[in-house]
Amino acid sequence: MRPFHYERVSEPVKAIAIRAVAPNGRYLAGGTDLLTLMKDGVECPDHLIDINDLPFRHIELDSDELRIGALARLSDVADAELVRREYPLLTQSIEAAASAQVRNAASIGGNLLQRTRCPYFRSETVVPCNKRTPGSGCSAIRGDQRTLAVVGTSAVCSAAHPSDLAVALVALDAHVRLEGAGSTRTVALRQFYQTPDTAPDQDTILRPGELIVEIVVPRLDPRTVGHYAKVRDRASFSFALVSAAVVLRRDGDQMRNVRIALGGVAPMPWRLPAVERALEGTGLDLRGVAGALETILADARPLPGNQFKVSLARAVVHRALQLAAGAA
Amino acid sequence: MTIRPQSGHRVDGLVKVTGRARYAGDVAAEGVVFGCFATSDIPAGKVTSVDTTDAEAEPGVVRIWTHENVPRLPKLTHAAAGESLLPLQTDRVTFEGQGIALVLAETLEAAEEAARRVRATYEVEPAQTDFRMALDQRVVIDDWAPLSTSVGDFAAGLGRAQVKVDQSYRTADRHHHAIEPAAVLAIWDGREMLVHDSTQWGYGVRAALAQVLGLPPTQIRVVSEYVGGGFGAKGSVWPYEVYAAVAARELGRPVKIVLSRSQSFTAHGYQPATDQRVILGATEDGCLTAVRHESINPTAILDDHIEHGTLGTRSMYQCPAIETQEHVVRVHRGSPTFMRTPHEGPGMVGLEIAMDELAYALHLDPLELRRRNYAEHDPTNGKPFSSNALRECYDIGAERFGWARRTHPPKSMRDGNDWVGWGMGNALMGTFRFGASARTTLTRDGRVRIETGSQEIGTGTRTTLPLVAAEILGIPADRITVSLGDTNLPEAGGTFGSSTTIGVGSAVREAATQLRHRLNQLAAEPGLQPHEYGEVLALRGLDQLAAEGGWAPSKESGNFAMFAFGAVFAEVRVDALLRVPRVTRLVGAYSVGRVIDPIGARAQITGGMIWGIGQALMESSTMDHALGRYVSKNLTGGLVPVSADVPDLEVHFADEFDPHASPLGARGVGEIGPVGVAPAIANAVFHATGIRIREVPIRVEHLMGEG
Repeated sequence: MRPFHYERVSEPVKAIAIRAVAPNGRYLAGGTDLLTLMKDGVECPDHLIDINDLPFRHIELDSDELRIGALARLSDVADAELVRREYPLLTQSIEAAASAQVRNAASIGGNLLQRTRCPYFRSETVVPCNKRTPGSGCSAIRGDQRTLAVVGTSAVCSAAHPSDLAVALVALDAHVRLEGAGSTRTVALRQFYQTPDTAPDQDTILRPGELIVEIVVPRLDPRTVGHYAKVRDRASFSFALVSAAVVLRRDGDQMRNVRIALGGVAPMPWRLPAVERALEGTGLDLRGVAGALETILADARPLPGNQFKVSLARAVVHRALQLAAGAA
Repeated sequence: MTIRPQSGHRVDGLVKVTGRARYAGDVAAEGVVFGCFATSDIPAGKVTSVDTTDAEAEPGVVRIWTHENVPRLPKLTHAAAGESLLPLQTDRVTFEGQGIALVLAETLEAAEEAARRVRATYEVEPAQTDFRMALDQRVVIDDWAPLSTSVGDFAAGLGRAQVKVDQSYRTADRHHHAIEPAAVLAIWDGREMLVHDSTQWGYGVRAALAQVLGLPPTQIRVVSEYVGGGFGAKGSVWPYEVYAAVAARELGRPVKIVLSRSQSFTAHGYQPATDQRVILGATEDGCLTAVRHESINPTAILDDHIEHGTLGTRSMYQCPAIETQEHVVRVHRGSPTFMRTPHEGPGMVGLEIAMDELAYALHLDPLELRRRNYAEHDPTNGKPFSSNALRECYDIGAERFGWARRTHPPKSMRDGNDWVGWGMGNALMGTFRFGASARTTLTRDGRVRIETGSQEIGTGTRTTLPLVAAEILGIPADRITVSLGDTNLPEAGGTFGSSTTIGVGSAVREAATQLRHRLNQLAAEPGLQPHEYGEVLALRGLDQLAAEGGWAPSKESGNFAMFAFGAVFAEVRVDALLRVPRVTRLVGAYSVGRVIDPIGARAQITGGMIWGIGQALMESSTMDHALGRYVSKNLTGGLVPVSADVPDLEVHFADEFDPHASPLGARGVGEIGPVGVAPAIANAVFHATGIRIREVPIRVEHLMGEG
């Protein structure tokens, strides 16, 4: 047995205080990822702080923004009437994720923090993996490369971020509100994740003991449309090989404020600022976008086993743009 | 006669879906000890030391066996063995995942944790786990079927051919992924070994344990009330079963071993990948003149498993010259084993894609090509088929699918964003027949109990056997119950090879016939009616009346070639931009002799066809050859179809009675379902996209770039 303490708390300050003195502790929300990692020996916390009673389950919309409590379940968010109406992209991305059972259990905050699906990270712990055991080496880079990232990688880690929802949120310029010991800060989700350079085991800038308490999404112009397109090996319950969230504002017959984020290709949801700029003002019929699409991931460094992700990403963005713009 | 299934069809459905069905791992025993193997991290070498100090410090550890202190056991020589070499009996390591220590502990958690803490050092030897890198070391081995056959003059036939196909094909390593992982509980009372086992072959386990333990079979009882899927993984006897029994005897306490999902990748076998080459020669009008099929698969260093990839080719099509050749390559991996559908499952992928290629080379409809090469008798051994309704399958399948509306050129059936493709493939599987025995017992309330040492592995044995007895006895099937899964019951063979209805069904038929005969003898007057059975017993002062029956294949029936046949029609859609292949329609029509249980048979085939989708588009147990281990020992890295992947799917059966395969008129149903589906899908992908993929699974990356 690997014994661990379990504690259920109802106040954020209490949770943060316990975590402060339990350096090898973990917060437990839906547990859909953490518990499987514990069973496989990838995570070995000595203290589980169950935060499910914390008051972060709200889903609220005002004139400026949508605020989602970090403990709201994926299915709560996807099914919320105001989300379906105002942010159908979020519902789309959530419904493309996992299974109904997992979506009922998994929390929104936990979804953003789920660990990579790189098979070596989730392998038996004797297998070298820098993300699991920094310094042990990367087995994936010279191994089964199919699901790895193609951009934002480093020599120490090529793992891809698995979340669907995070891709949509990054396209929507969402922020996360974080609470730690005596501090609160708000960070753009785009800046929340970090590339695996010096600390491949740290997926995010979250400080030890810091909690995600809320996700904030700016209001959208009523003429905004979006689409989430996901390519995977089977029709449901599998992670994206490549996905794309596209958001744009229809302006006459042109697209404006184009925002594109890719999933499955990088250690984080990967925005395409240059492509977004190139598409600005192009026609909703998508004539003349071919050149811009060709530049997608032009700076990628794919491995032989995942080279297909580059052309697939271009195709996925193309399809998502078509569906968002109503040109398909 | 038509047997009508009862309403509420699957008799054990309710106990299964409500969790009341008792599987081997559910059985509790007082004082039980849990076993867990620590396994080798390297694929080849020698164990130089095993340090168990840290493991023994884990609270609850009862004993740890390594190669240095394990009881010595004889080699597992019985034919039921999946692997002959029992781990720990040597310091030699021949695959990653081989047991190097067995931890026995008071709880499962303690056993698993202690197993993790076992530290071994090795003398590492060079390993080869990739058979494709060692094809020059291929060898021929002995097996139940020959590895090569030849009929006619292949060179002359190919010389005469006006059109030729010569291509190579690949299938992937795959695992069974039964939802119930293998589980065993062994209880030794000083005299008898009681084994609760998740097995497809209770009598096989009994025989193998008798050999290793040195006990007479009569002192071993194997019970398996329910098996949560086996698909071949539980058809042989594997080391964890042996060691549970050995440990129970040594410790004098019950021992339970339940495999984890990751252990299920190496603690029993897998379906090996195949590399195939198919050469076809045909005349201009599409008549085959020469066929050659080669197939190679990996096997273990110390054990043999040949995936007979060319079996189907020996019997599928009429052709004057057919050559087949199979080889194995020894690699540092555990032994492969049978997996639904062995042999023809991978083998027909090569043959049936090659036939589609030939059809396109000939500008001929793929179904028409197959019709023109219909075999009137087995083309290799010349025997007549016991029964063969393949032509009827072609008719039914084509009609139901709407094949006549197909336009032949690739990429000719576009619909919106999608390329639509229609493809077909033939299915064929050899008929396995094993002797069996059964007992039927009538009680005064007019109910009948069937007893047989067969198994219920999800195939519906408890539902099918009463239908057979009901037909003979003339009473409703819902008045007939079945006891099975116990070697104290009359002997039956393994639940594999699609053999249960043939063998056990025929034995039940014989036992029921005997029972009826004895009842007629006991009756006061001739013309005994089924509703009077109970009265006869009362009249004679009997509480019950039993009759036994047995069945074995007759010698004369060996003069026939016996196969299940089928024709599979597939529709795929491939988004022209995204290139993801998805199956949108499947129609299968089958020739399996008489269908005893239409609902159960349809369910069997449906599951099999869905598995064929997995073979076509998803399943591959990827191995990292640098590490010598599987990459994703779980169900998220190795995908199988989910409900959303299951298309509009139809199953049809030809109306048929096979007078030679069994007294029931039936042949096997269980394993024909997955055969032919993957090539039908691959051919549909070609028709949709114009891209010919000669390996499965077919994935998005195969279809990017071209077209």
